Amino acid sequence: MTINETQDQVIEEFSEFSDWMDKYAYLIDLGNSLDPIDEKAKIPQNLIEGCQSRVWLDAAENDGKVVFTAESDAVIVKGIISLLIRVMSGHTPDEILEAELYFIDQIGLKEHLSPTRANGLLSMVKQIKLYALAFKAKS
Amino acid sequence: MDTTLDIAAIRADFPILSRTVYDRPLVYFDNAATSQKPRCVVEAIEKVYYNQNANIHRGVHYLSQVATEAHEEARQTVQAFINAAESREIIFTRGTTEAINLVATSFGETFCNEGDEILITGMEHHANIVPWQLLRDRKGIVLKVVPFNERGELDMEAFSQLLSPKTKLVSVAHISNVMGTVNPVAKIIAEAHAYNIPVLVDGAQAVSHMPVDVQALDADFYVFSGHKMYGPNGIGVLYGKEKWLEQLPPYHGGGEMIATVTYEKTTYAELPFKFEAGTPDYVGSVALAEAIRYMQKFGLKAIGDYEHQLLQYATEQLMKIDGMRIFGTAAEKASVISFLVRDIHHFDMGTLLDKLGIAVRTGHHCAMPLMHTLGIEGTIRASFAFYNTKEEIDALVAAVDRVQKMF
Repeated sequence: MTINETQDQVIEEFSEFSDWMDKYAYLIDLGNSLDPIDEKAKIPQNLIEGCQSRVWLDAAENDGKVVFTAESDAVIVKGIISLLIRVMSGHTPDEILEAELYFIDQIGLKEHLSPTRANGLLSMVKQIKLYALAFKAKS
Repeated sequence: MDTTLDIAAIRADFPILSRTVYDRPLVYFDNAATSQKPRCVVEAIEKVYYNQNANIHRGVHYLSQVATEAHEEARQTVQAFINAAESREIIFTRGTTEAINLVATSFGETFCNEGDEILITGMEHHANIVPWQLLRDRKGIVLKVVPFNERGELDMEAFSQLLSPKTKLVSVAHISNVMGTVNPVAKIIAEAHAYNIPVLVDGAQAVSHMPVDVQALDADFYVFSGHKMYGPNGIGVLYGKEKWLEQLPPYHGGGEMIATVTYEKTTYAELPFKFEAGTPDYVGSVALAEAIRYMQKFGLKAIGDYEHQLLQYATEQLMKIDGMRIFGTAAEKASVISFLVRDIHHFDMGTLLDKLGIAVRTGHHCAMPLMHTLGIEGTIRASFAFYNTKEEIDALVAAVDRVQKMF
């Protein structure tokens, strides 16, 4: 599935929630079931310090594709991380660099990627692209 | 609630309180960050700009005279509000932060040398930590910190022990912005004065919740911000005893603060102008005075008593929620409640409370060392003002309960 196909799939899933409470309950579920990041990867270099919550992001290259793992101390942030990983992980550096993330906006979670939220998510998206750039330069 | 205050009428003075967020009535519990403004304060700003705007202390023209008088009357209103002995002991600053920076710089440069000590407490806002660290970097002073107990009360024995011949100044919050603790500043001042050590009191969280009398306290410096006391943003106050202010060099240089200037030598203006370089915020000062008059109409005692009832009610109701953890249970406490439910992250709780129309602060509240001491990353903080109601607290408690069940 391409990045955009996954984005469209997420948008489709979220369109079923009529109520914000259901949406957040789903994000909490996603957050709770996100695979934890390897404890060894919870190092300062992987930490994105937000004012409100913290995000750890790690990346590895596997067969020309970038695989991301990430975690946060806040569950809602973890839920959004889970969506970002689902969309962005497992693609080539070029695909990741070219990707335009429109699903966050469409599912009504744009505020969580605003610089004023200071929850680490905006920096995480930037960091995802930087990882892709780094892997591209290496190959 | 047992009060003589007409809360409904008071709420009507604050237009913002009747707005909705996400189609829900706004419940504003972030008063420790900034309070809302009554109509009279906003109108005072408008009145200055529409009717008497002119730069002060400079012109002989009519408007300049009117504006100057209004600014100086505002200074007298502030003087009376905290019962300072002289109006020249009232310096207008941009806020609490600038006031502390002024003292840290001017006092620090004059009286502090390498190895000297500044004593603060473990519950200070960053505004009362970082200026002293900057002084430490410039002068090699040592910053000492008074610890607090599990209720959030200062360890007064440790305080006594930390006072030393090297202590040059004690700088302490009157009320903790995180735990609500009302610190025994009169006792702290009396003890420090026994060794001739001056004391700065950060009154940012106090002046809108309790009567403050700087002479009764015998405070050497007392600082606060306008925007947390129903006044405008961008103005605050440094009260300093004349004997100290006279000894301190200016903080900023520029217009208004000079007597004569030649390229060889400049002499400085008298107090308070020595510390007010550049065009002062003569609009903010007048609006601040209006905010003071507004509070005085009800009386700080009545305001504080009512807020205390809100605090007690909120504490009782929140404690009924399973897993409720309140940080700060001092015997003397102002209307601030910091809490967590079980180990639900403050960002998660705050995000969902926001969706329910409840404005609370989440995070470290500009007090990261305090959070480290408590062993947490942050809290949810509900802070009450006298326009808040029991019904709003019921809404908060219901919302917290609803949200905690989602985790």
